[in-house]
Amino acid sequence: MSQLKWVGTRPIRPDGVDKVTGRARFGADFSMPGMLVGRVLRSPHAHARIRAIDVSKAAVLPGVKAIVTRDDFADQESVFEPAGEVTVNFRDMTRNIMAREKVLYEGHAVAAVAATSVAVAKQALKLIAVDYDVLPHVIDVVAAMAPDAPLLHEEMITRGVDPAPKTPSNVSKRSEFGFGDLDAGFAAGDVIVEREFTTKPVHQGYIEPHACVASVSADGQAELWCTTQGHFVVRAYCARLLGMEQADLRVTPSEIGGGFGGKTVVYLEPLALALSRKACLPVKMVMSRDEVMRASGPTSGANVWVRMAATKDGRITAADAVLKYQAGAFQGSPVEPGAMCAFAPYDLENVRAVGYDVVVNRPKVAAYRAPGAPIAEYAVESVVDELAKILAIDPIEFRLMNAAKEGTRAAYGAKFGSIGLIDTLEAARDHDHYKAPLGPHQGRGMASGFWFNIGGETCVSLALNEDGSASLTLGTPDIGGSRASLAMMAAEELGIDYDKVRPSIGDTAALGYNFLTGGSRVTFAAGMATVEAAREIVTEARARAAKLWEIPEDAVTWEDGLVKPAGDNAGKFDPLSLADIAEIAAKTGGPIAGYARINAQGAAPGFGTHIVDVEVDPETGRVTILRYTAIQDAGKAIHPSYVEGQLQGGAVQGIGWALNEEYIYDADGRMENPGFLDYRMPVASDVPMIDTVIVEVPNPRHPYGVRGVGETPIIPPMAAIANAVENATGIRFTELPMSPPKVLKAIDDAAAAAGGA
Amino acid sequence: MVTVTLAGNLRRFTGGEDEFAVEATTIGQVLRTLGERFPVLKPHLEGGVAVAVDGTIYQDAWFEPLEPGSEVCLLPKIAGG
Repeated sequence: MSQLKWVGTRPIRPDGVDKVTGRARFGADFSMPGMLVGRVLRSPHAHARIRAIDVSKAAVLPGVKAIVTRDDFADQESVFEPAGEVTVNFRDMTRNIMAREKVLYEGHAVAAVAATSVAVAKQALKLIAVDYDVLPHVIDVVAAMAPDAPLLHEEMITRGVDPAPKTPSNVSKRSEFGFGDLDAGFAAGDVIVEREFTTKPVHQGYIEPHACVASVSADGQAELWCTTQGHFVVRAYCARLLGMEQADLRVTPSEIGGGFGGKTVVYLEPLALALSRKACLPVKMVMSRDEVMRASGPTSGANVWVRMAATKDGRITAADAVLKYQAGAFQGSPVEPGAMCAFAPYDLENVRAVGYDVVVNRPKVAAYRAPGAPIAEYAVESVVDELAKILAIDPIEFRLMNAAKEGTRAAYGAKFGSIGLIDTLEAARDHDHYKAPLGPHQGRGMASGFWFNIGGETCVSLALNEDGSASLTLGTPDIGGSRASLAMMAAEELGIDYDKVRPSIGDTAALGYNFLTGGSRVTFAAGMATVEAAREIVTEARARAAKLWEIPEDAVTWEDGLVKPAGDNAGKFDPLSLADIAEIAAKTGGPIAGYARINAQGAAPGFGTHIVDVEVDPETGRVTILRYTAIQDAGKAIHPSYVEGQLQGGAVQGIGWALNEEYIYDADGRMENPGFLDYRMPVASDVPMIDTVIVEVPNPRHPYGVRGVGETPIIPPMAAIANAVENATGIRFTELPMSPPKVLKAIDDAAAAAGGA
Repeated sequence: MVTVTLAGNLRRFTGGEDEFAVEATTIGQVLRTLGERFPVLKPHLEGGVAVAVDGTIYQDAWFEPLEPGSEVCLLPKIAGG
């Protein structure tokens, strides 16, 4: 690759000034004249049959303009349909946005009201009478699998089991991956470690709550402004749920205050559209933090059993796992990708991972960075660490002895292409962090992580403006700095300054379909599309010059942002810049623009390795993160600052998952900590500066070598911290979070056991 | 001719058989051939699978060419957060 001018540099992001000055418009910042306020009535019960809903008193309250309930949404068939990169069951979706036969979790929407003021809307909610038949509920995944557990869906027969069970259960699906001979593998091992782990559901914790404004005209055409990771996906879901043509619904994404997977689904949007359709006025809906916590998807809590064997000389001979993931109220936990990722970092001959998708009376889970992988790999990386310790082998060396590399058949069945796990392990081993001294009550841990990354459907439009600047229209909401990285690739290809490329996010009418921002796909897939669109412009620029110079197109070359005659034989003409070509575009054939529409293939996996030092206070049980280094193979870091930001953000979310975050329920299945004061996510003062090391093993399928980076960094932290706590205390924690009361109890129990011995 | 392996629950729809030699020059031909050979597998192939070819993963890429001798693995579709 020739010398790069923009790719790999750190320019200021184009949305930066608006964000730091408060001009940027997020989901709740949009307003329209005559707009109504929408509010949702939510279930106070974790599980209840709805006998009747009476809205008659609310409907006559002055200022109430519309009320919607289950009767306003057509039922949907229970089939699993491909929708972009995901499979969707619209029967479940319509029940999740508005309860039908039953409420299945506290916070489940039962009715929605549009009124002229917040006060009227709130009063109207109080006037809606819902007659519930309260049912027994189940919160815990293992309890939900018991034969006598309360049934959420009386028709649910476990898929993936032969023969199919004759009776319903809360187990939606069983999945199994693996190959080889487990019995022989375990027999060949000198050491076997078997552990059972539990993790709690954790919320994505985006700062910005869900928010939208819907405006439906009398002729049925509609506009929707919302905060989302994918406005084309919102359009598809809402059109289906409301029985609309997709072309009649234009969705415009706002700036987004974090999503992490949690804004890949719809909650308020179909309700606001239904209310606006009834009221013939715009309707704005914004969730409170309480509603975000009670009614929007966290990721699964889980129970994971792992058994692994290794020889004395450090070779893993067998690996087995059973993963039980909470799906929340409707099927579809990320247990399948969890099972696929569990052992992916290792070169194994005998491996199995079995997953169970289990419904419980909690909000339906939504994607959360590398969905499923952090839970599975936390368990496996803890056991790997324990094996290394028993064998007295350094944990990085042990991983290097068993690491997956190009050509390894991954535990999920396919062979790896070019991957950088070993590179990240070697970078960790050679980092000064790994050799730094530790004090009393301090411990060091490390762990690795794997995630697939994806490509997917993407359209990009790039217009060469009359003055030689370029307008880049993207269909993937910018969460992590993608406008910057994509504009940089456009500038690189066009040979113009980064500041001359202005990226923006177009609405659903501006471009063809774009799958959402997720799966670590945007810099990869939209990057490919941007490069393709830019190259279309360059090709056209060469064609225009050829016409102008009256020479064949292949006699015109593109070099350093200029079109030039290929050589003296082609004629003597002064080189033309894109600005020169743009200036005469009208006279040489009209406007010049590139438009790429691709389904990006060949996304390459991301591997990361993290090192963490902790100090455990033996008097309080508090675990303090002293030092943290996150290392990851980015393929190619287009904008290294935003890659580092992803690594740091993932590490910090993982620290919260490891140490503090959990949903606390009362005996009736009601959440007791639905806010950031009691649901404790790390804040800046809780963590040190997170060091990062970017490893670059290029993805051969991307023009600049990009792999996705956004998801992998949340995978290693939980095991790395558990391993560090074990080194500090001698206690292996198998339950998350490792919060002070649990840690203190374990320390006290260990001391009592030692004292009593 | 390419070698096709099935991962995960897809094996349940082929009577446990999980490796096949298939005459195909594109991913779409692999999916069509297997769907014809195992009708119960067909809806799962149509519902969406990821296809790994010699270490590279494709999704919804019927016309992706295959080299003779390619190793093809069918997996559940992959999304993300």
